[in-house]
Amino acid sequence: MIGNILEVKDLKVHFPVKGELIPKNVSYVKAVDGISFNIGYAETLGLVGESGCGKSTTGRAVLNMMKVNSGQVIFEGRDILKSNRNELKKIRKDMQLIFQDPFGSLNPRMTIGSTLEEVLYVHHLGDKSQRQKKVNELIDMVGLSKDYLSRYPHEFSGGQRQRAVIARALAVKPKFIICDEPVSALDVSIQSQIINLLEGLQRSFNLTYLFIAHDLSVVKHISSRIAVMYLGRIVEIAESDELFKRAAHPYTKALLSSIPVCDPDFRKDRILLEGDMPSPANPPKGCRFHTRCIYAKEICLRKEPVSANLGNGHMVECHLY
Amino acid sequence: MEDIIKEDILEEVESCEPNFWQRLFSNKMAVFGAIVILILFIIAIFAPLIAPYSFDAIDLPQMLKGPNTENILGTDEFGRDIFSRIVYGSRISLKVGFIAVGISLVIGTILGALAGYYGGITDYIISGITDIAYSFPVSLLAIAFVAALGRSLTNLIFAVALVSWSGYARLVRGQFISLRNREFIEATKILGMSDVRIIFKHMLPNSMAPIIVLTTLEIPKAIIVESSLSFLGLGVPPPAPSWGSIMSSGRAYIMEAPWIAIFPGLMMALAVLGFNLFGDALRDTLDPRLKD
Repeated sequence: MIGNILEVKDLKVHFPVKGELIPKNVSYVKAVDGISFNIGYAETLGLVGESGCGKSTTGRAVLNMMKVNSGQVIFEGRDILKSNRNELKKIRKDMQLIFQDPFGSLNPRMTIGSTLEEVLYVHHLGDKSQRQKKVNELIDMVGLSKDYLSRYPHEFSGGQRQRAVIARALAVKPKFIICDEPVSALDVSIQSQIINLLEGLQRSFNLTYLFIAHDLSVVKHISSRIAVMYLGRIVEIAESDELFKRAAHPYTKALLSSIPVCDPDFRKDRILLEGDMPSPANPPKGCRFHTRCIYAKEICLRKEPVSANLGNGHMVECHLY
Repeated sequence: MEDIIKEDILEEVESCEPNFWQRLFSNKMAVFGAIVILILFIIAIFAPLIAPYSFDAIDLPQMLKGPNTENILGTDEFGRDIFSRIVYGSRISLKVGFIAVGISLVIGTILGALAGYYGGITDYIISGITDIAYSFPVSLLAIAFVAALGRSLTNLIFAVALVSWSGYARLVRGQFISLRNREFIEATKILGMSDVRIIFKHMLPNSMAPIIVLTTLEIPKAIIVESSLSFLGLGVPPPAPSWGSIMSSGRAYIMEAPWIAIFPGLMMALAVLGFNLFGDALRDTLDPRLKD
């Protein structure tokens, strides 16, 4: 299909920081501060950035799970943020979320089988025997055996739980899945299994992913395009190969140079960032990255950079371009 | 091959975790508490078979007799058998304890669930009412209630329920607030489940452990409140025996016939101790982190 399944326009999520004694909004944490991106059908957009840059908040905001200050989230032509409860329930059937922590995202008091069946029941998908059949299909789809249906989450390993979470998300036949760091809590050996599973499912069901991670090497494998976030802004967005070959933003370059290389004799020039990320409650004036940027010029301190188009959908927010 | 390894791991998980009842009864206090509760139930259910006399059989020539072969715990000022009255009294204590706690459990859980789940103004109003109810001295509120509406078993039960629901409301509210932000609850919302389903199928089952523990600790409290009200003459009307009212009548003869007050008092202490020990052990087993 041509066109975009999801369009996010100038999305802003600000959390008020309340005064301790006087209940007055003293300041705002600008978790997401005006980001825009599109995702095409059956595409995977990787969203990377360090902790606290607003990646997960973006994911939740796209699902309308939190209060959004301004902006639009258009899913298949409908603005989700303006939908009422019933419309939202229908849209949610098409959009699902896979969580970072597979230990916390399953109800500890329900067996995997009843967790899956409940989802089908809630959405009126078939009678009891049809649901049972569907549950068996789902568990098979994610590579677990039927014997696991009668088991509780605590009897599973992290990777198995994440498979169960994926099965639950697939139960409603979504078109679009937000993967919120789905492999960060898993062993490296299990990570690749889960990523391969997600890729396989994408091919089988024409799924679209928004894949959130803090690790570029994980995202590289699965994404067709990658967006890099820093302090509530998308600083660079490009095709996956393009980003790895011709990273433009100094922050992206620093992230890329931090990926370990499997060659003990290889000595590369690492770009080491100094200092911590500034507080999103009080982001630096001008370019947000200037406090840690090795190329920072005088203009970076004064003026916020505007998005520059480097061609072929490669956008970067930096005064160098 | 892979399947075999997975099976092994699962077996191990099951075998190294001892069964809940095994863990509970490895605690000697839990065994003691459970036995006391069990005996109490047997006494209450089979009261007519256990008691040698009726609870209101007056035998004036035998009045104020100390423990002897005919009346093993002695007699009161009307010659009624203390042992028989204590046996029948256990029925009232258990009835009040369980029904009153059951009522407060339902009311408190619903209010606490609403406050914890919805938050905001709902929470503000419900928490306000709960805190007011919680701040009243337990006996005072119950005395006022019975004094206003008159003495009867029903009023007694409602009076006890009135003073104990706020504990449940606060507990459940706290549980729900901590559960509300857990990822599996977020998942149920994304999956489009209704609030009622989320509350009853997902949040309540995950709050059951502390609710059960609170119940085992609320029942002895209810028994004490019932006995205090009966002691003050605000309990079930005579001649129905309650441990509190037997003690109350024994107060006047404490010098000549101390057994009238002592034995029901001992019985009540034993019952309360049994429930408390069992409740403490249950709490330690269900949630080891709560251990002091």
